[in-house]
Parts: sequence; structure tokens; C-alpha cells
Amino acid sequence: MTIAALELQDVTIRYGNVTAVDSASLTLRGGSLGALVGPSGCGKTSLLRAIAGFEVPSSGEVVLAGTKLVGRGTFVPPESRHIGMVFQEGALFPHLSVWENVAFGLARGDRQRADEVLRLVGLESLGHRRPHELSGGQQQRVALARALAPRPCLVLLDEPFGGLDASLRVRLRGEVRNILRAAGTTAVLVTHDQEEALSMADQVSVMSRGRILQTGTSKEVYEEPLSVEVAALIGDAHLVRSRVAGGLVETPFGMLRVEAADGECVVRIGSEDLDVRTAGDGVAATLLTSRYFGHDVIDEFTLDDGSHYRVRLTRGSGEPGARRTIMLRSERFRVFPDVGGAVTAYRYAGDAQRRSAVAGS
Amino acid sequence: MSELAPAPVAEAGRLFSYSHESGRVSLGAKLLATGVAAFVSLPLFYLFIRAGERGAGVWLQHVRTARTAELLISTLSISAAVLALSIAIALPYAWLVTRTDLPGRRFWAVAGALPLVFPSYIAAFAIVSILGPHGLLASLLGRPFPEVAYGWSGALLALGLLSYPYLYLLLVAALRHLDPALEEAARSLGHSPAQVARRIVIPQLRVPLAAGSLVVVLYVLSDFGAVSIVRYDTFTTAIYDAYRGLFDRTIAAVLATVLVALTLVLLAAEWLIVRGVAPGRLRPSRASRRTPLGRWTPAALVFVGTVTLAAIGIPLAAIGTWSARALMAAERVPLEGSAIWNSFSVSFAAALVCVAASIPVAAWAVRGHGLPATIVERLTFSGYALPGIVIALSLVFAATRIARPFYQTATLLVLAYVIRFLPEAVAATRSAFSALSPRFEEAARSLGLGRLQVLRRVTVPMIRPGLLAGGGLVFLTSMKELPATLILRPTGFETLATRVWAEASLSSWSRAALPSLLILLVSALPVWALVIRPVFREER
Repeated sequence: MTIAALELQDVTIRYGNVTAVDSASLTLRGGSLGALVGPSGCGKTSLLRAIAGFEVPSSGEVVLAGTKLVGRGTFVPPESRHIGMVFQEGALFPHLSVWENVAFGLARGDRQRADEVLRLVGLESLGHRRPHELSGGQQQRVALARALAPRPCLVLLDEPFGGLDASLRVRLRGEVRNILRAAGTTAVLVTHDQEEALSMADQVSVMSRGRILQTGTSKEVYEEPLSVEVAALIGDAHLVRSRVAGGLVETPFGMLRVEAADGECVVRIGSEDLDVRTAGDGVAATLLTSRYFGHDVIDEFTLDDGSHYRVRLTRGSGEPGARRTIMLRSERFRVFPDVGGAVTAYRYAGDAQRRSAVAGS
Repeated sequence: MSELAPAPVAEAGRLFSYSHESGRVSLGAKLLATGVAAFVSLPLFYLFIRAGERGAGVWLQHVRTARTAELLISTLSISAAVLALSIAIALPYAWLVTRTDLPGRRFWAVAGALPLVFPSYIAAFAIVSILGPHGLLASLLGRPFPEVAYGWSGALLALGLLSYPYLYLLLVAALRHLDPALEEAARSLGHSPAQVARRIVIPQLRVPLAAGSLVVVLYVLSDFGAVSIVRYDTFTTAIYDAYRGLFDRTIAAVLATVLVALTLVLLAAEWLIVRGVAPGRLRPSRASRRTPLGRWTPAALVFVGTVTLAAIGIPLAAIGTWSARALMAAERVPLEGSAIWNSFSVSFAAALVCVAASIPVAAWAVRGHGLPATIVERLTFSGYALPGIVIALSLVFAATRIARPFYQTATLLVLAYVIRFLPEAVAATRSAFSALSPRFEEAARSLGLGRLQVLRRVTVPMIRPGLLAGGGLVFLTSMKELPATLILRPTGFETLATRVWAEASLSSWSRAALPSLLILLVSALPVWALVIRPVFREER
């Protein structure tokens, strides 16, 4: 098994005068799974399609396993890149059987490879079927098998679970992860679902407005965001404008000690970083609603200043209308310099959908 | 999308996903499409050169000597009358079958579209052979019949009964898709059914009425078969006579340019009416309530029955009667195998060329967007608006100047069919392409296939139904084509269409009947499958 490494250097993609991807750089270790995550329109799919060869970057380099695919005067056409792709809706050829789909990219002498990858995805008995006779999850596994069959250096997955229902999506994530690992293939996954990215990928790149904001392990981007944008995009957090003065920052939950320079700032308060108590220290709040998800609960409170906060708890804190006090666990909140612009513009509101996805599993 | 992204980002997102879906069109496909467009519009260029080569003064003088004013009046008056008759038939007919409880409305709905099967020269031959002074009715009555079948009245009857289905099909589709909520809202606001029809329904039918009227008038302007058989002079017959009769073909060219100008004026008028109308909501969530006809039911049945009898019954009876006489006659069956072979081979060749040429044009039109793609697609549609006789004449002039060896060959005839009927193939291929996601081709390329292999193994197999439908339609319409065939065929080259026309012009009815029957038999199934059934398929 070749250990392939993908390298992107300052890849820029423009459509007319709109810049879809703005000098994105990235290195992916061979055999690992990288994720591009961000809201729709952030340029992640454009970047993926540039790696595959379906978009032509206006500048930058794409290097796969030491071979330059895109760069000054070089453009390797998609069919010569040895990159497999799994499309959002599968894109299985409707006029061919499942087996013929999987064998599509194989040379004539290599047909037993089709059986091999069908076995790998656990569908060896369905080779004679037509794509429309399969369920959505089976179709995506066939699409993965088809992409893996020619032993590509790299597999690209473009929102591969987008069209599936929530419970299937969660199950398929694990399966796909295992199949890719068993095949030893380097892969890049594009998704707008941060839970999918964090749970599947070895390396996560957070994208917004055409730029890669941060690349790191799931833990790094979640717990140590480098910028307020990443902090807003990953996790479920409140962003509050404030000021640092003399090593102290004012938050709705009191003055807290920080190691930051004086000046305007944005405080990130994660929904899981708040503690609710029936009485005692903390800020008084009224429980507004409680959303139950089984393994956890999101309670929404109104502080007496009128602001709203979501708190993630393992158990509900009471009936709507109950008076409680809320404390911020001081070791968890983060402060970023205020770079101007509307804080709400960074907000990532995909939470409701994500939560319901979990609830369905 | 679930994200609550700020407006500019969301906007950009839409833009990008749009561009993803459109995919890329290779330079090769663009060059091919441009070549096709240039090729089909080139002959028209030579028509104008030929007509204007001695300067505008000479052209004007020719316009005057060619009885142009007289032809304008005769052509426009018959066009207006046919249009009025078509609307008078199509509008109530379409309303009766879509919006009322007319008994047997499914049968009447399909019957109303059936005259599409008849080429105009066959319908005219049928009318003349029955209603003519020495036709079937006259011989049954034992005395000459009044001269209704010839001249203005004959042309009106033949063209009106032939062309109303075009308008009718558009109106049926539109009436079916009107949102019943609009009519209900008007009723709840105190309007009577008649007021609703006038203020809500008819205004919403403006686009199909305009488009259908354009098709009807273009049909009349370009018709040669019917008017030549009923002996009514219009531009097409005058062009044909000028081409055949005179050594100098300038008059024919000049008349053809006037006819082209007339066509352009009509296209512009239709564009003015249709533009600015927002596309309505397709597919209402539920069907409109049908109006009970009550005591008007017998009158409605008499109306649809009369139309159907006149438009389908009479021609079928005529062709049946004369065919039977021809078959029972002791003399040799007057149907040459060579005419059948010629009809099939040139039509088949035209269909093949059209399908192949339609692929790059449709691919660019669907996936390219932008001005060049639009211009190329429009250019390939020019043949649709132009009368066949004008295309044939243009090809004669072009061939005698730049491609002499092709003059008087079947190849030139095939080219005329291609120019005239390419739009049918482009439209079919286009709709097949728009249903084909570029993702399939990208998947194939990521699996290691080059562009041509992708075309062969993925694109063509997936759009095959569209290609077959377009090819079938081109084959059928080419086989029925008359005026271009008459002008461009090599000497002695007969097709089924030219046989029917020649025999009908000589009033040898039983000799015209068998080739007519053959054309009808071949064209009935494709017209049913490709034109009529798609409109009625959704109805249960």
C-alpha cells in the first residue's frame, strides 16, 4: 500500500469576480482522513472539486504523493489523477448494474477486484441489482466501492451522507471510516456537519468564506480554536462583546481573570461550560424551555438583563419558569481580540439539525 | 441549507452550487456546436446575397414586378382567417376536455390532437377529392358540387383543420397547470364564472395563445402542399412557380427574402407579447373543479364531434376509399418501391445527422449558460421558423456558388432536412441533458475515462431515450416534407411525398391514396408517442 500525502499550496479558485477559495493550504498525511468543514458556500466543495480536477484553480499547487497535479503550467486531467470520488447523491450509473458500476473503472483483466471491493462494503450479494433497487445507504456504499476499486491514491467524499436519514447517517459514518481504514486509503471528506467531521476525521480543517481558518485534530479545533470565527463555527457557543482591562474581563457571569492584553474583545461561552444550580453563587436566571435529547438536555435560560443562554446538561434543571443560578466554569471560557464586524455573522446555526440527528440514533 | 449564514455568504453559496451543477463544456464541444450553428445559418446568407446582388434598387423593382402586394394580401388574409378558425376551434375544445364533465373527454382530448398526423398535402388531397366539383360527394349526388374545395375556402378548411391542434395542445397543457386557487379566490371575491374566465383564466392563457398563434401562422406561411393542391396562391407557391418557370431565379430569391422578413416580424411580435410574463407555477397541488355542462352537454358533444369528423373522419374516409379502389383496380398497383426506399433513406440520414449534431449544441446550451451558448442554440433554431421552400432555395444558391458537386444530389436534400428539423433533435436532446447531472460524467472521469470514452459509455447511454425521440421526430417530419424535396431532389428522384403531391395535383386520386396511406401508417405511431401522449400522460 503506497503511503500518499496530499499537499495543497495557496490554492485559489475564482468564478468570475467571486473568490470561492482564497489561497488554501493543507497537508494531509498518507493513510489518514482529513475533513473540510464549514457552512455551505464556504468553498469546501470547490476545493474538493479542484483536488479531483473538476475545477481549475486560478493559482496555487496541488501535489499528490509527490506528483504535481496542478501548478504553474501543469494540469493533470481528472481521469489521470488516480483520485476516487464519492458524490453526494452517489451518482451511480442508472443504466448499469451494481457490479458493472463497481467494475466501471477497472481494466478488463482485473474484474475479480470488483467482487473484492463489493465484499469490502458488505454488498457482494447485490451485484446484479440496479442502483434504483438499493436503499440510500446501500447506494452510498456502492459509490464508495466504485471509487475504491481502481485502488486510488486518494478518495474524496463530497457530503456523502447528505441525502440519508439521521440514524443511517450515524451508522454509515462508522462503517465508511472502517472501510477506508481497512483499505488504507488517504481520504478527504467534505461536510457541513461538524459532528461528522469531528467524529470521523484524523485532521479537521475549518473553512469559512473561502479560507481555511484552522487545521488540526478534532480536539485541537474544538478545545483550542485559534480565532473567534473557529470558536463560533465549532461547538455550540455564545459570543459576547466585552473589554479586557487590567487582566480582568467582564462577562454576564461576573468579572473573570484572563491573560490577555487590554482592549475590546469577544468572549466565547460554550453551552457545555455553564453550570446550573438551584441556589448559591452565580447569576440569577429563569428557565425558559427545556429540550430533551436522551443522553443530554439543552435548557434555555433568560438572564435578568434579558439575554438568552443555552446550557447543555446531562439532566434537565426543572420546569419552565423555575428560578436558578448559573455559573461559568472559569477554566473553560476563551477570549479573542475583537476584530470588528458583526459577531453574529460568525454564528453557526446548524445546531438544531445536528442535535436532532443525534436524537434519532 | 440549515446554516443561518449572513446574506453575502449565502448569496455566494448559491452562486457556487449553481456553477457546480452546470459543469464544464469542453472546447471541442463548443467548437462543434459553433460549427453546426454556422453551417445551418450559412445558406440563408447566400439567399440574401443572391436576392440583393444587383443592389437595393433592382431588388425593389423586382418586389414590384413580382405581384408582391397581391401575394402579401392573399397570404396575410388566409393566415388571419386560419388563425381565427384555429382559435375558435382550439379554445373551446381545450376548455371542454380539461375543465368540464364532457362525456368521453379522454377520447375527445386525444382525438382533438390527431390531425397532427396528416401532412398538409394529404389533408388537402382528401378535401379536394371529396368536396371537389368532381369528387366523391359530387359523384354520389350525381351533379357537380359547388367550388368550396378550391381557392380561399378550400385553403381555409384544409389549413384551419390542420393547424388548430398546435394551439390546442399548448392550451390543454396550460389549462391543466393553472392554479385553481386563483379562480377560487376570484369567486370568493364575488366574481361570476364568466367573469373569472374573462379576468383570470384568459389572461393567464396569454403566453400559450401567443405561442400557439405564432406556430399556426408560421405553419400557414410555410405551407406549400395544401395551397398548391387547392390552387390558392401564396408566397410559397409563387416562389415555386418563379423558381420552376423562369430562367432567372432572382424573382424567386426576392420573394423568399420578403417571406423571411414577414417571419421575422411575426417572431418579434410574439416576443413582445410573451416577454415580461412571469412563468406561472407549474403543477398545481390539486386539479381544478370541473364545470358541469348540464343541458349544454349535447351542444358540446355536437361541437367536438363535428370538429373530429371534419378533421379526421373526412381525410381517413377519403384515403380509405381511394386506397380500396386502387387495390381493387385491375391495373398494376401504382406504388413504386424506389419512392419508399428514397423516402426512408434520406429521412433516416437526416435523423442520424441531426441527432449527432444536437449533442454538442444541447450540451453547451444546458451546461454552458452565457451569451455564446444562447446565440449558438438560437441559430440552430432558425430553420424552424423558416419555410422549407426558403431553406431549399437558399441551399440551391449556396450550392451553386460554393459546393457545385452537391447540386442535384440527395446529399443536398438531406442537408435541407437537417437545417429545417435540427431544432426537433436539439429540443429533445436538450431536455435529456438537463435531466442528466454532470456528476455522472465526473464520476466516470475520476474512474480514469477520457472525454470521448465518457461520451460513449456514460453520456450517450444515459440520454439515449432523448436521442431516440429526437431522431424519431426528425425522421418522421423529414419523410412528410414536401416543398424542399420538390426543389432539391435530383431529377427523377421520387419520394412518397412527391408521389402524393404529383398525383393529387393531377386529380388522380387513387394513385395518390396508397403512398398517403403509407405515410400515415409510418407517422401515426411516432406522432402518438412523441407529440400527443406526453401532453396527456399525466391525466388519469
